[in-house]
Amino acid sequence: MIDLVLAQASAAKAPQIDWAAISPLVALAAGAVVVLMLGLARSRVARTVVVPGATVVAFLAAIGLCVWQWGEAPTSVVSGALRVDDLSLGLTVLICAGGIGAVAMSVGSVTTEDAGHGEYHALLLASAMGMVVLAGAEDLVALFLGFELLSIPLYVLCASEMRRATSLESGLKYLIVGSVGSAVLLYGLALIYGATGTTGYHAIDAAIEVSGFSSDVLLLTGVGLAMTGLAFKASVAPFHQWTPDVYEGAPTAITGFMAVATKAAAFGVILRLFDVALISTATTWAPIMAALATITIIVGNVGALGQSSVKRMLAYSSVAQAGYLLAGVVVTTQLGISATAFYLAAYLLMNVAAFAVLAARERELGHGEGDTLTALNGLGAQRPVLGWSISIAMLALAGFPATAGFFGKIYLIQASVDNGYAWLAVVIVLGSAMSLAYYLRVISAVWAGGEDRDATSVRATTPSGQPVMAGGAPEADEAPAARSVLATRDGDEPGEAGRRAPAAGLGHPLAVGTALVCTLATVGFGLFPQPLFDVAQDAGRAFASLL
Amino acid sequence: MTIHLSILLFAPLAFAAIGAVLPHRLAPVAGLIGTLVSAFFGIALLFGFDASQPGLQYVTDDQWITALGIRYKLGVDGLSVWLVGLTTVVFAASALWILVRPVPRARGFVFLMAVAEAAVLGAFCAQDLGLFVLCFDLMLVPFLFLMLGWGGPRRRPATIKMMVYTLVGSLLMLAAAVATAVLSADDAGGSLTFVLSDLGKVTLSTGTQRLIFVAFALAFLIKMPAFLLQGWMPDAYGQMPLPALAVFSAVLSKVAAYGFLRIVLPLFPDATVDFQAIIQILSVVGIVYGSAMAFTQTNLRLILGYSSLAQLSFITLGIFSLQPQGVQGAILQAVTHGLVVAPLFFVVALVAERADGSEDVRHLGGMAVRGPVMATLFVVLAFATLAIPGSANFAGEFYVLLGTFKDSVALACVAFLGVVMASVYMLRAYIRTVHNRVGHEVHGSELSLRDAAVLVPLVAAVLAFGLYPQGALSAGEQSVTGAASTLARVNAAGANGAEAQVTP
Repeated sequence: MIDLVLAQASAAKAPQIDWAAISPLVALAAGAVVVLMLGLARSRVARTVVVPGATVVAFLAAIGLCVWQWGEAPTSVVSGALRVDDLSLGLTVLICAGGIGAVAMSVGSVTTEDAGHGEYHALLLASAMGMVVLAGAEDLVALFLGFELLSIPLYVLCASEMRRATSLESGLKYLIVGSVGSAVLLYGLALIYGATGTTGYHAIDAAIEVSGFSSDVLLLTGVGLAMTGLAFKASVAPFHQWTPDVYEGAPTAITGFMAVATKAAAFGVILRLFDVALISTATTWAPIMAALATITIIVGNVGALGQSSVKRMLAYSSVAQAGYLLAGVVVTTQLGISATAFYLAAYLLMNVAAFAVLAARERELGHGEGDTLTALNGLGAQRPVLGWSISIAMLALAGFPATAGFFGKIYLIQASVDNGYAWLAVVIVLGSAMSLAYYLRVISAVWAGGEDRDATSVRATTPSGQPVMAGGAPEADEAPAARSVLATRDGDEPGEAGRRAPAAGLGHPLAVGTALVCTLATVGFGLFPQPLFDVAQDAGRAFASLL
Repeated sequence: MTIHLSILLFAPLAFAAIGAVLPHRLAPVAGLIGTLVSAFFGIALLFGFDASQPGLQYVTDDQWITALGIRYKLGVDGLSVWLVGLTTVVFAASALWILVRPVPRARGFVFLMAVAEAAVLGAFCAQDLGLFVLCFDLMLVPFLFLMLGWGGPRRRPATIKMMVYTLVGSLLMLAAAVATAVLSADDAGGSLTFVLSDLGKVTLSTGTQRLIFVAFALAFLIKMPAFLLQGWMPDAYGQMPLPALAVFSAVLSKVAAYGFLRIVLPLFPDATVDFQAIIQILSVVGIVYGSAMAFTQTNLRLILGYSSLAQLSFITLGIFSLQPQGVQGAILQAVTHGLVVAPLFFVVALVAERADGSEDVRHLGGMAVRGPVMATLFVVLAFATLAIPGSANFAGEFYVLLGTFKDSVALACVAFLGVVMASVYMLRAYIRTVHNRVGHEVHGSELSLRDAAVLVPLVAAVLAFGLYPQGALSAGEQSVTGAASTLARVNAAGANGAEAQVTP
């Protein structure tokens, strides 16, 4: 008996694992374990400083390992479950950069205190790990593993401000909707497996081509369900309804992380699943996906128009951006992949900048107040760095020139026009035009906020008698906002708000620094985008089968 | 003398960046130095420009974004050289204005103006479609912040309205520009390029040209603004801080007119011919509408705003006459209007200062009693605007009408109305401000020396230009002939086609 088992065991070959290729994953996993252990330390310094530091080190290590492997020939590792190519490496870098941004935003915040420092950061690393798996998954099983590894820590992270009802609500909503999405995805994957008899992407592609299954109902139902499941995660309309609620309730650092990293991972997997495994059914799914992109762009932009919470507004804006990104998938060319990758990078920079400003503002005003549009009133005069950061982030999201967002849009438009989807380019452009209305509201609040009250009065005359040239009296506007800051600072507001008064120390400067760095990068890549283009083009060559 | 256009572009920005770290008091000085450097080069450019030579001069051509085929290619020719000169001069005057009448938080103001100058000059000098679109869109950003930070009390809705209006056009243009490059590359079989001279070698199919033309025309017509697309203009003109408004009205609208000449006419000749009549009618209606509205407005800014609408319609009319004279007149008119309207806005500021901040002609009057010099300068500018013979505006309008007359007598006759109406509204504005009974709130006083330092050089330039408009005309001649030749070819082809149809 024992002999038999042994014989079988020796016959079963363990999958060949190329440790170098999966080293970024190893770095993240090791980081998660180390951070979890460090979080148990008694010393407060170890928990509040060393733990975030170690998390950043793990992320940086993963980034470094990706850069080290950059440009090497693509390889499939772990029995073809994961693909290591420039696209997955590039997305890994983005995900880790988003993770670093989240850590920087959450240092010294209520969130980490409530959730426990070790747990919070370990969950963050685990979630990033899931995203990395997802970005490289080349097998339906690996896809689902990554999908769950991404989602489950995020459910917890959303609810990590345990004493704030909206945070719990956000976590619960995300859990329920996310689980539905996972179930639908799993069902879809099962049907694809049923139709093709295999789980590997290349094998699926071969099976579809050989057997001419491209119009098979079972397969197409599976593709539809898988698309639906992924659409939940990527907040593609009409599966986006959870996004505003979850984004609003979750801790700002986590919202920022979800917005950028989840999006990168979700689009990584959509690109790979549809442009590798299902490429021969493209004639069927591409028009549907183009329609989805259009709906998403419209729904996102219209939804964002009436929002008074900046986080909700950014949630709807992320829905719209998902629509732009889908255009890069629809065109099924290498150019489309490059454009998607480029846009994801630009999107990361501008969104992290925006969320970092919100995080910094929350430190100043307390949670729930830093988030409203009125909380940004007069920010430009009060805190020029934050004011400029969020203004430039908004301009970049709207696609203004001299920001990375401009070239991102150009690239997507080029990819669309190049493959005969000119109408999709027009939809992108019209969507951007619509988005101006809400992005500009933020900018106008930042620079001219708190003034509506005297809009009805006759143009005031300053003592010097030259109001015409000088404009309104900006000094007057600063007063109300400044007062409210002082009120919060004094801590005389009772209850929750008082407890959540700004944490002194490293947190605020780190959030401001993050905003500043991302803003400078946004402008830098807006003026000299060539390096980013080179990287995106490398990533685009990952799928050799495409044009 | 070699002039690098990059210096022209970036000198103001560099000095403004220095100014951004200086105290608020000194920032305008740095800003002024930067704009003066730029103005010096701009004027040197005018004198160094060889009008007898067609094609680009002072070319800079560098790699920028190879992935998209966008190059950093700058150059001037007869179409742009005078507009570049105008831009540098108007910005320098505005910088001087900020120096003598300090604005609050001057560092930001100076820096934003410098960004605006770089973007406008970039748009005028760009010889690459990508670069042009980038600069065209970028121009708006500083004005967004200028309006929000320093505008009038109702600036928020006005700003959003202006930005949404103009950017809808700009974004469509962005898509159209990318489409132009991609489709041209497809047709030519070469790699993607945005360089204008390369794009000009390929002629797209007429259907594509039409779609792309609409996108470009929309962007340009909104920016001008033209009739039907002027919804943002009254609010924005009402709320913008005056030193910014002066340059906005003087040069930003000209970029749009210039865009037609630089991009639309050479790249989309078939569509231009197809849409010629529509744009001409729009322009003629715009002339009459703008003039009529200018007559009914009581706010000086809006009088000038609607007058600009009429003048810009004149310029468009000249361009779309598709006759060399019309195009030459349009360029001349663009330069002279910019040169006249900038000091006029300064006059508005001076007038308002003497009337408790009111810019309403019903509250004004009698300023000539105490300020004869100011009134004189005003009258020179007013007469220049209404294109009195002897002013360069006269030559410009004359050429525009000549070109239009050659193309269509009926349109020219209606457009003549605009000339008459211009004298009505300008004289009304002048008389009600400067003559008549002294207004209640008016406490007139003479022009101070520091204000004169801004105003007198500009008025002198207007007068000088009136005496010798030949420079701008002859500079434009070669390039216009070049630009018009493609059109002539298309026209001829169209005529031949028509004949061919008739003959059998």
